[in-house]
Amino acid sequence: MAQYQDELDPITGRKELVDGANVTFHDVTEAVARPIEVPSSRWWIAFIPSVMLLGVYLISIAYLLYMGTGIWGLNNPVAWGWAIVNFVFWVGIGHAGTLISAILFLFRQKWRTSINRAAEAMTIFAVICALQFPTFHTGRPWFIYWPLPLPNQMEMWPNFRSPLLWDVFAVSTYFTVSLLFWYVGLIPDLATMRDRAKTPIRRFAYGLFALGWRGSTRHWLNYEKAYMILAGLSTPLVLSVHTIVSFDFAVSQLPGWHTTIFPPYFVAGAIFSGFAMVLTLLLPLRAWFKLEHIITIKHLENMAKIILLTGTMVGYAYAMEFFIAWYSGNPYESFAFQNRLFGDYWWAYWIMVSCNVITPQFFWIKRIRRSVVWLFILSIFVNIGMWFERFVITVTSLHHDFLPSSWDYYSPTVWDVSTLVGSFGLFFTLFCLFVRYLPTVAIGEVKSVMSIANPHYHGDGAHGERH
Amino acid sequence: MSGLRGLLAEFAGADDVLAAARAARRAGYVALEVFSPYPVEGVAEALAFRSRLAWVTFIAGLLGGATIFLFQGWVHAIDWHLDIGGRRSFAAPAFIVPTFEITILSAALATVFAMFVKNGLPRLHHPLFAIPAFERASQDRFFLFIGADDPRFAESAARAFLESLAPLEVHDVPR
Repeated sequence: MAQYQDELDPITGRKELVDGANVTFHDVTEAVARPIEVPSSRWWIAFIPSVMLLGVYLISIAYLLYMGTGIWGLNNPVAWGWAIVNFVFWVGIGHAGTLISAILFLFRQKWRTSINRAAEAMTIFAVICALQFPTFHTGRPWFIYWPLPLPNQMEMWPNFRSPLLWDVFAVSTYFTVSLLFWYVGLIPDLATMRDRAKTPIRRFAYGLFALGWRGSTRHWLNYEKAYMILAGLSTPLVLSVHTIVSFDFAVSQLPGWHTTIFPPYFVAGAIFSGFAMVLTLLLPLRAWFKLEHIITIKHLENMAKIILLTGTMVGYAYAMEFFIAWYSGNPYESFAFQNRLFGDYWWAYWIMVSCNVITPQFFWIKRIRRSVVWLFILSIFVNIGMWFERFVITVTSLHHDFLPSSWDYYSPTVWDVSTLVGSFGLFFTLFCLFVRYLPTVAIGEVKSVMSIANPHYHGDGAHGERH
Repeated sequence: MSGLRGLLAEFAGADDVLAAARAARRAGYVALEVFSPYPVEGVAEALAFRSRLAWVTFIAGLLGGATIFLFQGWVHAIDWHLDIGGRRSFAAPAFIVPTFEITILSAALATVFAMFVKNGLPRLHHPLFAIPAFERASQDRFFLFIGADDPRFAESAARAFLESLAPLEVHDVPR
């Protein structure tokens, strides 16, 4: 398979992470900083539709606040509809960002360096989108501060035994720590942008956020330590966040929800969908910003492998749910799963299975893993499938459960649709602003994994040992 | 002492600055600092710098976690008894979840702020920024700095020493 031969690093013998002979540090800085310093007018092609969708979102929320949650298609058995589906969907999207920035860092996976910045930005914007839904899904969002344990004149406290309160702790911690982690990683690159700035406004703005970073050894030593600690803290955090989100379901008594497999299964699904979203975002980004030599086909291939791994775990969880439903001998549990297969929402279930179980298996084939077009198409399918997974879990378990007199059918209204579509507007608006003003690739980190960064590169000849 | 804050030698490669830092240590200089666009392996060891941030993380995490765990117990078992779903007041398994999250939150916040404090950030103005060549410290050049407060520092000798390391240029850092 000669066409798949990648360049190898002369010292470590591993694949080169930055393509092209004689790429210097200066070239990397230029490649990343150029699109920010001399923005292309094509940016508006992405930004204007995003802002229009954001408008759709704002109108939907304004109307919701005016009229109440009754504008959504919720009914009494199905009181959790698209809002919770979207919440879990967006939180899940965020998880790949933390996986790339934290977990791959702990495993010393150097290929993370060119994708971690964009993936972390994706995390933060996805969590912002996610936080909207639990807020506005409440009937009275103006009391949203009541879950916070603030001393008050009523001498009331929140109930710390509810998973919805755990969500407040989990998602707000997740947002804060991800933001810190992202910002800490940005500081050296903001310093680079400051030092390259030609206009006083840029110099001031980047200089302010770079905090006076000088890249001294003392700076780097404490920075690297802090970065590693944050990675170590983010790893259990990211596992706990989707676990806690899964508790919203698993802690209930409902057949189809009361499942001990949910925590790891939700985490695997979150990473699966998150990586798909990273691919959906990075494939156009690397083409438009001409970053193909930094975000190389090897990076994309590695992401496809992780999608294959987590997608297979999700497929296993689907099978295990059915096995346990049968094995439990519980008529409600068996019914819940028969209902998924053949009930009113059979189409949602089969969309979910075909997108989530079949799609990742294409990545066994190297030609597909290394094809930009295939990766893009399949990543969209995964996103659709994972949205339906949350829909199937939430709605099919609720609409038919213990009492047949409380069975109903749930159909979304136009406001459910506009809120979901609009939340993409919020997400893409933030993402467009990010690519316009901040370095989309961690410049300092990419430099440190280039073979010329190795202090032994010049001195010890081509085959020196690293220590 | 003259009007100098120190001398700054500019290098093109990471290996050059690493060798220079080791040579400066051997020559007995202590007020040393290296500036680089990415953390060069081995420089911190060559300059014998250490970081104790992990202690901050540990203590802040411990304090944050213990506080929220005891607080939840106080809320439900002491301050305000409410029978919610027949669960016991001191529902330790349920309290673990916020405890876990707050442990991570306080540890992360403390680590980042301790890192800023240790690094003297934010400090928007610094004498080094007055040197035009220093702009490339965040891009593709490597610098070794010897401070004038070093007990061994004598301007001409230090300059001669830095020149002997074959830098691209030696810059004066004014006060």
